[in-house]
Amino acid sequence: MKRRDFVQLAGLGIGGMMLPLGLLGNSNPVSIEALLESPLSTLQKKQLADAALNAAKSSGASYTDVRIGRYLNQFLATRENKVQNITNTESFGVGVRVIVNGTWGFASTNDVTEAGIRQATSQAVAIAKANSKFQTEPVKLAPNKSHGEVSWKTPIQKNAFEIPVSEKVDLLLRANAEAQKNGASFVNSNLFMVNEQKYFASSEGNYIDQDIHRIWPTFNVTAIDKAAGKFKTRQAMSAPMGMGYEYMIPKSEDKLPGIISEMPLYKNSYDMIEDAGLAARQAKEMLSAKSVEPGKYDLVLEPNHLGLTIHESVGHPLELDRVLGYEANYAGTSFATLDKLKSGNFNYGSKLVNIFADKTQVGSLGAVGYDDEGVQCKQWDLIKDGVLVNYQAIRDQVHIIGQNESHGCCYSQSWNDVQFQRMPNVSLAPGKDPYAVQQMIKDVEKGIYIAGRGSYSIDQQRYNFQFGGTVFYEIKNGQVAGMLNDVAYQSNTQEFWNSCTKICDASDYRLFGSFFDGKGQPSQVSAVSHGSATTRFNGINVINTGRTI
Amino acid sequence: MAIISKEESKQILEKVIAFSKADGLIANLNGNNNGNIRYARNTVSTAGENSDVTLTVQAYYGKKSGVASVNEFDNASLEKVVKRAEELAKLAPENPEFMEPLPPQQYGGESKTYSESTAKISPEYRAQAAANSINPAAAKDVTAAGFLEHNHSFNAMMNTKGMFIYNQSTNVDFTVTMRSNDGTGSGWVTRDFNDVSKLDTAEASKIAIEKALGSRNAKAIEPGKYTVILEPAASAELLGNMFFAMGARQADEGRSFLSKKGGGTKLGEKLLDERVNIYSDPFNTEVPATPWTGDGQARQRLDIIKNGVVSNLFYDRYWAAQKNVAPVPFPGNIIFEGGNASLDEMIKDTKKGILVTRFWYIRSVDPQTQLYTGLTRDSTFYIENGKIKHPVKNFRFNESPVIMLNNLETLGKQVRVGGNLIPYMKIRDFTFTSLSDAV
Repeated sequence: MKRRDFVQLAGLGIGGMMLPLGLLGNSNPVSIEALLESPLSTLQKKQLADAALNAAKSSGASYTDVRIGRYLNQFLATRENKVQNITNTESFGVGVRVIVNGTWGFASTNDVTEAGIRQATSQAVAIAKANSKFQTEPVKLAPNKSHGEVSWKTPIQKNAFEIPVSEKVDLLLRANAEAQKNGASFVNSNLFMVNEQKYFASSEGNYIDQDIHRIWPTFNVTAIDKAAGKFKTRQAMSAPMGMGYEYMIPKSEDKLPGIISEMPLYKNSYDMIEDAGLAARQAKEMLSAKSVEPGKYDLVLEPNHLGLTIHESVGHPLELDRVLGYEANYAGTSFATLDKLKSGNFNYGSKLVNIFADKTQVGSLGAVGYDDEGVQCKQWDLIKDGVLVNYQAIRDQVHIIGQNESHGCCYSQSWNDVQFQRMPNVSLAPGKDPYAVQQMIKDVEKGIYIAGRGSYSIDQQRYNFQFGGTVFYEIKNGQVAGMLNDVAYQSNTQEFWNSCTKICDASDYRLFGSFFDGKGQPSQVSAVSHGSATTRFNGINVINTGRTI
Repeated sequence: MAIISKEESKQILEKVIAFSKADGLIANLNGNNNGNIRYARNTVSTAGENSDVTLTVQAYYGKKSGVASVNEFDNASLEKVVKRAEELAKLAPENPEFMEPLPPQQYGGESKTYSESTAKISPEYRAQAAANSINPAAAKDVTAAGFLEHNHSFNAMMNTKGMFIYNQSTNVDFTVTMRSNDGTGSGWVTRDFNDVSKLDTAEASKIAIEKALGSRNAKAIEPGKYTVILEPAASAELLGNMFFAMGARQADEGRSFLSKKGGGTKLGEKLLDERVNIYSDPFNTEVPATPWTGDGQARQRLDIIKNGVVSNLFYDRYWAAQKNVAPVPFPGNIIFEGGNASLDEMIKDTKKGILVTRFWYIRSVDPQTQLYTGLTRDSTFYIENGKIKHPVKNFRFNESPVIMLNNLETLGKQVRVGGNLIPYMKIRDFTFTSLSDAV
C-alpha cells in the first residue's frame, strides 16, 4: 500500500492502463531523436569491457562478465481524443559481475568510461570478498562455449522508434474514436516500445552485441449505464510481442475467424481500430449479459487467455530458484519439488500436455540470441506427454539437477541490476491432429468459452488458482449461447492440467505475453511470451463473482 | 554526492530557473542512497548499494510541455537541459489538462521523515541484521529467507512562480519468511520504519520462527463464511486498493465503486460501519509523510472516512478546477483509528474464527464492487472458544473491503504497516471460497 506494486499495476490486473513509470528506475527522459543515436561503437564497448575483465582478473576474480547496456523506452498514453503522455527514456550504464573466492559480487555504474568501469569492478570484487565470509558452498558454473565476437538482432521489419510519434499517436486516437463511435463511454489506449541494446563480454572469451525490440499496443474500453450505476470494461485482444512496428499493421493472413461472429482474433499483426470498435460493442453487451450459474463447466480457453494460465501454473512453479527456496520470502516456493522431477513419473497433466520452454520463438518476448550470461539460447521440454521432465535453470544452478548445460534463461532488467534466472517463453504445444476451434465448440455440451486476460491469483506454491478473463460466452449443446458475466474459475494446478482433453492444431497456435513479469528482491521485471492453441479442460469449477455493495 | 544539502540544491535550482526562456519551468533535483541485503536457505544470497542524483526539468509554453533530465551539474549541463526541455515543449502536442505550477504555499509544519540513524546504515549493520535472523532460525531447525532494504533520499523542487521546497527522507523495510525444515510450517513478519533504531530483526524473526513452528501440520477445514481476526499486515493491501480507487474523477465519470445509480457520487454518504474512522496526517510522528506533494500542494490532516461516511474523494488539480472545488491530493499515509483490544483479548473474545497473518496475491475481480481475491499465507489458525486450537490450511478468499468494513466486530490496536497505521480487526462473515495445499 505504501509503494504501489507497479508490476501488478502495469500488468494485467487492476489499473491495467496506468503508465508504469515506476519501472523506469534510473532511466532518464530524453528527446525522441536521442533514442536513435548510438553513444558507443562495438569496438569502444569491447575496449571498455576488456578494461573490466583485466582489472577483475588481476584482483583475483576467477570469472567476470560485463554488461554495457542502453535501454530505451517510449510510452504513449491517450484517452478519448486527448494525448495524456509521451515519455521517452534512456538508461545507459554498465554492470560488472565477478566470482572471487567462489562467491558472486556485482556492482554497476552509469559512468561508462574506463575509470568508471574499473571503479565498479573493484567494488564488485570487494562485495564478493565480503560476502565470501558467509558462503557455505562455492559457486559452481556449468561450462559455456566461447562464442567469440558475435551479434544478434530481433528480426524486425520496422523499428518502432523510427516511426514518427505523430503517426503512432494518430493510430491510438483513431482507435479511441472507433471505440466511442461504437458506444464506449471512455477509452484509454497505450503503446509501449522497448529497445535493449546489450553488449556482453566475459572472461571466457565472449563478446556479444545484441539489439532487442519489443512492442505492446493496448487499450481499455469502458461502457457505462448511468441509470443502473453500472460499468464494464473490455481490454484489447492484442499481445505484447518481440516485434517492430510491423505488428501494428494488420494483415489479413494474421486474422483468425474465432467463434463469436464479428470477433476476429489476431496472430502476428494486430488491427487495433477494428478491435477497439468490437471492444466497445462487447463492453456495452456486458452491461446486460447474464450472470453465470456457478458449477462445473468444460472450459474452452483461447490462447490470449490461456497464456496467463500457463504463465502462472507452469512457468513460475518450474523456476529452479523458486523450487530451491531462493524466492521463499517474496514470490514463494513451488509444489513441483525436486523429488517429483526425480521420480520421472509425476503427472503434471494429461498425456496430451506437452509444454516446452524456449528463448528462440520468432516474435516472442523472450527471444534473444544469447542470455545475460552469454549462453546461446535454445528450446527444451518441461512437460513431456504429461510428465514433468525439467525445470528452468542457469549456469550456477544446473548442477543441482544433475545437468551440465545451462538452459540459457538468465536475464537482468538493466545494467544496474544483477542478472538471475528468469522465466523463458513457456508454451503448450498444439495438437498433432487437425482440429479447429469451431469443431471444439461443437463437441462441448455445457461449457464456457473464455477469451482474453483477466483477474488472476495463485498461491505461493502454485497449487490453487483463480482466473477470470476478458469476455465469456456460454456453450450449450455445441452452440455459443450468449455472453456471460461474473465468471471466474478455481482449480488446482495438477488437477487442471490433467483435465485437459483436447488441443486445437497448429493453425490456431499464437502467442500471448506479459510485458512486466516481476520477481526478486529488489524486484525486477522481465517480458515473456506463452504460445498455445485453443484448449479444452473438462469439469472445471466456475464461481459467480457478482456482489452487491 | 547523492544527497545534496538544502542550500546547495537551492543554488543549483536558481541557476536552472535563470536559464529559462519558456513561459514557465519546474525543476526537480532528486537523489538517493539505497542499500539492501537478501538471504535465503539460511545464507546471504545478495547484497548491494546504489546511489543516483538526477535533475529533471519541465518547461512549458501555454499547455505544451517538455521534460528533460541530466545528472551533471556544471553550468553548461544546466543550460543544456533547460534548452532541451524547451525544445521538446515546443514540439509537444497541447495537453488540455496541463496545469501551471503553484506559487509558494503554506505548510502545516516541519517534515519528520528523516532519521540520521537510517542514513548511516553500514554494510556491517546489514550483515548483522541478517545474522540476527538466520542464526536463531538455524538453531530451531527452521530456514530463513529475508530481505532488508533502506533508503535515504532528498527531493528539491523550484519553479518559476517562486516556489522552493526541500525534504529529506529515510526508510527501512524488513521482511522475513521462516519455513520449518519439514516443509509443513511457515511464518512471516514485516517491519518498516523511518528510524532504523526502532528495528529489531531478532525480535521480528523470533515471531516468524514461532509462527513457522506453530503452523506445522495444518488441518483442512471447510471453506465458507468465517469470523476472522486480520492482523494489520493482512488487511493493509486490501484497504490500500480501496483507497487508490477513491479518485473523484472516476466516481464522477460513473466508473467507480463510489459512483451512484442515476449519476453523482457517494461523497458524504455512509458507506461503512460507523466505527470506521480513517484519516491522513503527514505530521504523525509514528508514520510521518512529506508535508507536500511532488508539485508542492500542501498535505494536511484529512478525513477520508468519518464515522463510516465518505468524507473526501481525491481531486487532482485539473479535475478540481473542472468541478470548481479545492484540490484534494492523494495522502502520504493512512491512519485507521483502532481500539484498545490486544490480539490476545480479541482471540479470547472469539467463539469460532480464523486468525490470518497475511494475504497474498490479491487481485481485483470486480472494480464495481471492489471485490478482490487472494489467499492466506504463512500461518493461519483456527480459534475456538477463545483459544487458538490448531493451524489450518490456507484459504482463498473472495471479499470486498466495503463489505468487510460493514461486517466489523472489533477494532484492536494499531500497528505501523508500510508507512500507515492499521488496527487489528475482527470481521464476521468473511468469505473463503476454496482451500489451498500451499505452505
